[in-house]
Amino acid sequence: MLEALHYILADSRATEDDRVDTVSAPTAARRTGDAATRGLSLTIRGLRKSFGDNDVLRGIDLHIPAGQFVTIVGKSGCGKSTLLRLIAGLDAPTGGSIAFGEQRQQGDVRVMFQEPRLLPWARVLSNVEVGLGATRNSPDARNRADAALIEVGLDDKRSQWPAVLSGGQKQRVALARALVSQPRVLAFDEPLGALDALTRIAMQRLLEQVWTDQGFTAILVTHDVAEAVALADRVLVIEDGRISNDILVDLPRPRQRGSAQLAALEGEILRDLLKGSEGAFEL
Amino acid sequence: MSLVETLARPRAWRLPRPDGLIQWIVPLLIILVWQAACMFGLVSARVLPAPTDVVVAGWKLLQSGDLAKNIWVSFWRASVGFAIGGAIGFAFGLANGLSSLSSKLSDTTLQMVRNVPHLALIPLVILWFGIDEQAKLFLVALGVFFPIYLNTLHGIRTVDPQLIEMGRIYGMSNLELFRRVIFPGALPSVFVGVRFALGIMWLTLIVAETIAASSGLGYMAMQAREFMLIDVVVLSILIYALLGKAADSASRLLERLTLSWHPAFQKS
Ligand SMILES: Nc1ncnc2c1ncn2[C@@H]1O[C@H](COP(=O)(O)OP(=O)(O)OP(=O)(O)O)[C@@H](O)[C@H]1O
Ligand SMILES: [Mg+2]
Repeated sequence: MLEALHYILADSRATEDDRVDTVSAPTAARRTGDAATRGLSLTIRGLRKSFGDNDVLRGIDLHIPAGQFVTIVGKSGCGKSTLLRLIAGLDAPTGGSIAFGEQRQQGDVRVMFQEPRLLPWARVLSNVEVGLGATRNSPDARNRADAALIEVGLDDKRSQWPAVLSGGQKQRVALARALVSQPRVLAFDEPLGALDALTRIAMQRLLEQVWTDQGFTAILVTHDVAEAVALADRVLVIEDGRISNDILVDLPRPRQRGSAQLAALEGEILRDLLKGSEGAFEL
Repeated sequence: MSLVETLARPRAWRLPRPDGLIQWIVPLLIILVWQAACMFGLVSARVLPAPTDVVVAGWKLLQSGDLAKNIWVSFWRASVGFAIGGAIGFAFGLANGLSSLSSKLSDTTLQMVRNVPHLALIPLVILWFGIDEQAKLFLVALGVFFPIYLNTLHGIRTVDPQLIEMGRIYGMSNLELFRRVIFPGALPSVFVGVRFALGIMWLTLIVAETIAASSGLGYMAMQAREFMLIDVVVLSILIYALLGKAADSASRLLERLTLSWHPAFQKS
């Protein structure tokens, strides 16, 4: 912890704010365009990541078209979170490259974690304003934060403390905070992992809804294969540091939960995950 | 005028909430028992004067102006010493919590000094400062320094690293990160330090004023002892208790105001 703090305060590395590049396309025009094409595409080549001599990712090659909803599944410890952190720019890769379709700007790539990570000492609305990055002190910050709260259906909680919210509500505030900068890539690391089954389903619907409305590229890591097939255009399976399976889910939305097609796909992916690990299955 | 209106009226100036009164029941009972014990001769007036005698003694001292002067002197020493020691402790806590260089430079030294009971320095302090004001201020400041330093440091080091990472992800500058994440996160711990420090502040002041002073409550008590004025001695002790309670209440109030987000301070 101490090291983390020292690193944080002494560190003058480029933070997201510094990486802002002036890009030819005017932001406003791009953002008011066709919602379905607002996402950024993503090309990953030969991506590797090691911690000491633990080679977690051993060469990931992947192209994600703009606006696609991708879910990533795999055994615990296979490197899903690691991959997501690399995509979000939170950690530096050991090798390989990640390129976005256009130059990314501040607020273009957002992450949501399993923990909501709300500031307990800031009211709900201020927590959402944090998501605006450097523009959080601008005059329309409040309105934009309010709009994001309305989007996740929590505008009546805007002046509450996070401590009084339920787990699902906290996660919705975190979603509003991620959405408020109108990201073009949104990465989720098991955001629903800590929620009960009913809240989970409601949140899955909400995620699908905002994704349809806003047209960002969505990358969702999950343990729940049913969730993965219900939400995704495409399911990626990671094994031994590589993408071992890449499955297109070409089913119309909204999808009927428990339908035969979804169940069949789910079974196929589960078998794939379990194969070769009988007896040695690691939870 | 309707009945409803006349009924509603007393609410405007109703008594303090019962919760506020309950805490005073036990002290009041103690005083009553004490008074009774003295009146029925169970306790000799040389051992413990009756509360009424203490009040009379207080009234006399109040009229002569001695009481107000001594309380003021003690209060001044306590607050100035607290402000100096607290500010330095807080500054070191911040510096060592935020910078590893600062921490490497000074933390070990401070931890060593901490193990010397500060009251053990009284003879040295008297040699340095005599019985001047500096002596008392120095001791109080030294006593207050450590609880504030240690708790500020602890508070900063235990701020949730995930929140700090969140702040980074959302593009906060170092200053903003401090203002929005680190400082508010460390504040509950700082208040724990303040409450500890207040206790140490009074303790140090009593000892210092009894041993090396020519004014203040502790001095008043010591002088009264020489003249066998036991009622004044008891009075001084009671005033210390009241001042201590007042300081504690003030810090609790401040805590309630600044930590209203904290689940522990939320009205159900
Ligand atoms: N900061 C780190 N330092 C050292 N090793 C790490 C670090 N982060 C992850 N690892 C290691 O990398 C491997 C993959 O971790 P990762 O968190 O990506 O797994 P995961 O697929 O997200 O697992 P889960 O499904 O349980 O969340 C693990 O063996 C882990 O121990
Ligand atoms: Mg993970």
